[in-house]
Amino acid sequence: MAATKIGDKIRRVDAVQKARGEAKYVCDLTFPDMQYAYMVRSTVPRGKILNISLPEFPEGYDFISAKDIPAKGRNELWMIAKDWRCFADEYVLYVGETIGLVVGPDRGVLKELRSKIKIDYEEQTPAVTIDDGINCVGGPMFPEKNSNVMCELFCEKGRPMEEVFAEADEVFEETITTPYQEHVHLETNSAIADYEDGKFVFYASAQCPFYIRKSIAGLLDVPYDDIIVRQQTTGGAFGGKEHFPDVLCGALLVAENKIRKPIKMVFDREEDTQFSVKRHPSKCVYKSAIKDGRVIGVQGHIYYNCGAYLASSYVVLQRGVFHANGVYTFPNTYLKGEGIGTNTFPTCAFRGFGAPQTLFAIETHLDHIARHLGVDPLEFKMKHLCKKGDETTTNGHIIEEVKLPEMIDVLTKESDYWRKAKEYKPGCGKGIGVAMYNHGGAFTGNGEQAIIKAHSLLVKKGDKVTILVGSTEMGQGFKTALRKICASTLGISIDNVDYPDPDTSKVVDSGPTAASRSTMIVGRLVERAALQMKERWNEGDFSVEVEYEHPEGYPWDQSTFRGDAYLGYGWGAAIIEVEADKLTNEIKTVGIWTSHEIGKAIDELIVHGQINGGVIQSLGYGSMEKLENRKGFFKQKSMSDYVIPTSMDFPKQFYHIQENPYPWGPYGAKGMGELVFNGASAAFVDAVERALDTRFTSIPIPPEDIEEALKNVQ
Amino acid sequence: MYSNVCFKLNGEEKCYEGDPLRRLLDVLREDYGLTGSKEGCGEGECGACSIVKDGELVTSCIIPIGAVNGCELLTIEGIRDTEKGKCIIDAYAEGGAVQCGFCIPGMVMATYCLLNKNPNPTEDEIRLGISGNICRCTGYDLIVESIRLAAQKGAALWNK
Repeated sequence: MAATKIGDKIRRVDAVQKARGEAKYVCDLTFPDMQYAYMVRSTVPRGKILNISLPEFPEGYDFISAKDIPAKGRNELWMIAKDWRCFADEYVLYVGETIGLVVGPDRGVLKELRSKIKIDYEEQTPAVTIDDGINCVGGPMFPEKNSNVMCELFCEKGRPMEEVFAEADEVFEETITTPYQEHVHLETNSAIADYEDGKFVFYASAQCPFYIRKSIAGLLDVPYDDIIVRQQTTGGAFGGKEHFPDVLCGALLVAENKIRKPIKMVFDREEDTQFSVKRHPSKCVYKSAIKDGRVIGVQGHIYYNCGAYLASSYVVLQRGVFHANGVYTFPNTYLKGEGIGTNTFPTCAFRGFGAPQTLFAIETHLDHIARHLGVDPLEFKMKHLCKKGDETTTNGHIIEEVKLPEMIDVLTKESDYWRKAKEYKPGCGKGIGVAMYNHGGAFTGNGEQAIIKAHSLLVKKGDKVTILVGSTEMGQGFKTALRKICASTLGISIDNVDYPDPDTSKVVDSGPTAASRSTMIVGRLVERAALQMKERWNEGDFSVEVEYEHPEGYPWDQSTFRGDAYLGYGWGAAIIEVEADKLTNEIKTVGIWTSHEIGKAIDELIVHGQINGGVIQSLGYGSMEKLENRKGFFKQKSMSDYVIPTSMDFPKQFYHIQENPYPWGPYGAKGMGELVFNGASAAFVDAVERALDTRFTSIPIPPEDIEEALKNVQ
Repeated sequence: MYSNVCFKLNGEEKCYEGDPLRRLLDVLREDYGLTGSKEGCGEGECGACSIVKDGELVTSCIIPIGAVNGCELLTIEGIRDTEKGKCIIDAYAEGGAVQCGFCIPGMVMATYCLLNKNPNPTEDEIRLGISGNICRCTGYDLIVESIRLAAQKGAALWNK
């Protein structure tokens, strides 16, 4: 077999099995004597539980709740914080909070039992929106600090903002909001618990098997090794299966401890839509000082709706703040973020992890300033573009060459931007818009070194090599990319490299499959291990394990958020062209052009697919994906009312990949999975604003919202 | 209420005895072990459970088993080893159509129906042909490209 080279065009290793319908997702697994579980959830957004009355349970059926957590255990899931209760008792904080599980052999009987459980509440007034949370509607969620602020941070650079605003020609202020977004991974959340050889074993649709183990062990106060997590083929995740599987697996662990039979829980789509984590809604209040046609200072107050539990929101908020100035350098900045608690389903990771909200806000804000000044938005933005060596908002530096000018050259030519931007007069019904964006790869600052400490393990047997890491395939193509890196480094065929789905009892912890870190960090770890293995190739059968090493000379202080937040960014630019039906306000996208700088593409076909998918997900976010919360309840409950793009909604994309090898990534590669989500929505809104000569300060903008915006302008 | 429902499933005669209101998808997956058809939404919106019924693409999650008496049903398991099925699956692998894969068996069934009716579809016709099948990963471009590839490579098959 020929040795695989990194530039080879290869087929994804999982494509045929999936297309044949042979890949086994959690929903496809059955076990002898299998039991099923359904969640019993809170039906009020905030209140005291006064009484839970159960119908009579037939033999073999159980109701599992907080009372089933053993005395030595703790009713908490350990995500990044430990505030999320596995089972609500005494009080509930949001609609859909887990109160219990019904478990038993027959699903029909279980549904019947569930419908007969009666829970009495003393209802309280919920805080639902960010403003509700800021104003402590219904009373503060944290009485000890008389506030709903769950987490906060700020970073500043340059002179005090009062001075900057005082010397400005004018100050431009606006508030931009972004909505909830639902992941809609086609496979809903699902997990199976079992008890095998004295261990609690989980078969899960999940991004981070080691996160699950860590999160749930405290419920029974057992050592991590008593819990084994086996990731199954995962049908999409996008962040929705980063921490949320803990919520399923935690409840199942408590049930398994009592029942000791295989227990399967598969959410249906309505449950997944209403009762799973979402992207954080945001409110970004930007105030910019303008002097001599340039922005000399930006002050941003950024609020994220965290829902009822902190979960991972503090980290999401940090990333939001660190991306709040986009790809620009302004001499003076003050950026403050606050995570606001509300009585809504907790928000958590979603592709982009806090960056898309602020990137949308800064891009749209700059578009509005440019139009106010009467200059082309792209021309205006290019004047402020950051470059290598510039001080960042966290007082670190841009470490790499910024290739956006070259990328914009490619895109403006391909799209004929400059001609169209001039020819399409404001309000003529045609518009072309542009956005630039970035995404810091891997964990912020020194997180990879201080928190994650990832390992990789390669095992050689004969001429075959097995990669044993906890990183997961969820559709993004990592199984193929990692095998390709390993094979081409060793100079062997990809067919001689295996990379099984992780089992926490067999693989080393390579950190979560999140933060666009897998290729950049774990790929590099496997490359390093493979280089060592190659040196010793003729020594017979052996294994090589390596640990993450942080490049020296890039300081970061996690207590003050100062220093080099990211060693390498992915960079992107998008141009979108639209035509508006001025009667119905329906928008037709007629052109999509994007360029992404990702260091180096490990596999161009996989990268192409990631770009296409991320861009369409972003266009859905900007244009049509409407998820509203009314009085604590999500208004959209299924795929018929929460609408995501179909094959008919957007045209074929032009894509360009810019190389710029990253010194600490495998073959020069950086992260890219989230980057490709971060900007198309802003370019789309820019295009629609130009086509209709109006201004939007929130997304999405389906026709009815456009109508509203046009009315407000008149 | 119990009834007998007889139909042809992937070429084999089957007689189902039981509740006629059970969803066809559940019967396929649980009674016949055909887990290639997936449940994505349970309301006929996403197409992950798509199968072919008497030559037409249908969503098996909103069809009661009682409604397929006398019908001819094809699932992914019934076409994957046929020349046409292999042609589509090979094109999907070559063209990069597959990411998480959950929508893909349904997408393959939609492709099968499309190319049977229209061996040489335009891009717009392909997009229309898979418009009932939601994919959250790919943004569709590479699926469309792969279907074009299947049409080209399998021209002799589809034009029969």
